[in-house]
Amino acid sequence: MPEPFLLKYIHEPDQGDLDAYVSRGGYEGLRRALAMRPEEVVDEVERSGLRGRGGAGFGTGRKWKFLPRDPAVTKYVVVNADEGEPGTFKDRTLMEGDPHRLIEGIVIAGYAVDAHQAFIYLRREFHRARAVLERAIAQAYERGYLGRDILGSGYHLDLVLATGAGAYIAGEETALLESLEGRRAMPRLKPPFYPAVKGLYMQPTALNNVETLCHVAWILARGEAWYREQGPPILFSVSGHVQRPGVYELPLGTSIRQVIEAAGGLRPGRAFKACFPGGTSSAILPAAYLDTPMDYDLAKLDVYGAMLGSAALIVMDDTACMVEVVARTVEFYRDESCGKCTPCREGTVWLSQVLDRILHGKGRPEDLELLDGIARGMTGTCFCPLGESVPPAIYSSLRFFRHEYDHHVRTGHCDVKTAVQV
Amino acid sequence: MRLSDAARSAIVRLAGQFPQPRSALLGALFVAQEEAGALHPEVVAEVAALLGLPASEAAAVASFYHLYRFRPEGRHLIQVCTNVSCLLNGCRAVLDDLRRRLGIQVGETTPDGRFTLKTAECLAACEAAPVVMVGPDRHGPLRPEQIGEILERYA
Ligand code: SF4
Ligand code: FES
Repeated sequence: MPEPFLLKYIHEPDQGDLDAYVSRGGYEGLRRALAMRPEEVVDEVERSGLRGRGGAGFGTGRKWKFLPRDPAVTKYVVVNADEGEPGTFKDRTLMEGDPHRLIEGIVIAGYAVDAHQAFIYLRREFHRARAVLERAIAQAYERGYLGRDILGSGYHLDLVLATGAGAYIAGEETALLESLEGRRAMPRLKPPFYPAVKGLYMQPTALNNVETLCHVAWILARGEAWYREQGPPILFSVSGHVQRPGVYELPLGTSIRQVIEAAGGLRPGRAFKACFPGGTSSAILPAAYLDTPMDYDLAKLDVYGAMLGSAALIVMDDTACMVEVVARTVEFYRDESCGKCTPCREGTVWLSQVLDRILHGKGRPEDLELLDGIARGMTGTCFCPLGESVPPAIYSSLRFFRHEYDHHVRTGHCDVKTAVQV
Repeated sequence: MRLSDAARSAIVRLAGQFPQPRSALLGALFVAQEEAGALHPEVVAEVAALLGLPASEAAAVASFYHLYRFRPEGRHLIQVCTNVSCLLNGCRAVLDDLRRRLGIQVGETTPDGRFTLKTAECLAACEAAPVVMVGPDRHGPLRPEQIGEILERYA
């Protein structure tokens, strides 16, 4: 298995210090990029096969190609650092542990798409990441990796750290742009508002996630051929009932079972019950799927809504009550719904009411069909991915854990809790 | 209540970082909130005026986001994550313990004005579940027996 590189330096004591970064070959990727033509940088990223690590998995090089080349058009780079998908924490880890890697990736992206202004939209709760980034950005300016005439190339780029204010929906890219313009974070209609064409201030914008840009820095430093030999690697955020929750760098296509093993396996004496392979917006999978590879083909499973997403594996052992987990998941989307469209705004409230009723021993036999019906009403009808994130948990839990719902409805009790809390 | 000159110039500086000053609104509201303790209507109006916006617009934006407050709170905000990974790792016990220790419910402030207790959505620190933030500091994985000692660090 290839050596992890994305995580290689995140535990160094000199986290984020520029000299340490440079002494390990940092900013070599930028040097190389600046010696190439911008189009060649885009081509190299495209050939590397890198796909966006924010969840949608779109080819990064291809995305950059949608930006017009016309030098008269102002373009921007925007970094989505508003990580908030439950179970995901890799971007925060990268920013806190290796901030110059992100800055290097941003400058390379800016050069590739011909932008002179970049913004990091940083989640407000990331106080540590903010402090680390502020220092790193100041150092980068001082030493000519940002600002005017970067490394004597004649290229200039300014980088501003902007702030979120607590709204999960701001992680959706068009909602993020609204927020960055000083408005409520409500998604825009796309088309026509694909950020690459009409993004920040209606100008073409390269909008990338933190992990994606860290990959870009490595690709330019070592070359796309080397990068492709690495797997490609992907960062898994593993949490829930594993012995060593954390971020793990493993090749794309590692099986769910192997990812769990990398995270120390289950707690002693406990059996695997279920997992969200790609954060709470993906389907819940039972043990039968443990050998499924974690790759973009996950979405081809016959389970509606199984996907890699942001590669957030949440593991549940036999102490987890599926009805409770699903109810909590729906409650999250209910509270974070921006309210713009009816299926999401009403559907999440209604699902939540039904699930709470079941959870509190007041469920009715027909509630199971009702849950399925509400989820159907939301499928394909919501304006943005937030609303569409809800049905997978409902469909998959009704399919694989129907007996738990049945038990709750029939007896008014949770057999998991009674079995465990002795 | 009016903002200090320092806060006003901080807001003007923020606005200068963006091609359109309105983009500084979220950050400017935090500057005002930190200084005034909460986003009182007259403070929001001042922020709006500095950025060339109608006060109603600034207020409408502020009300959308979770991290703004419109009434003063305690000196230290305690945020207990209750999302799935924290739920699986015992955030309920942590929250119950905090309620009992502080003698307040979620959303309330202790009578001495020291702590305000809130629940939070995933703080992107699930590797440390159950996670609690006190002000800007992240604590976790937290066992209920550690809570007393942690609270003592915040006067
Ligand atoms: S799906 Fe939900 S979050 Fe998305 S636009 Fe509709 S109401 Fe807003
Ligand atoms: S679920 Fe609590 S920090 Fe992510």
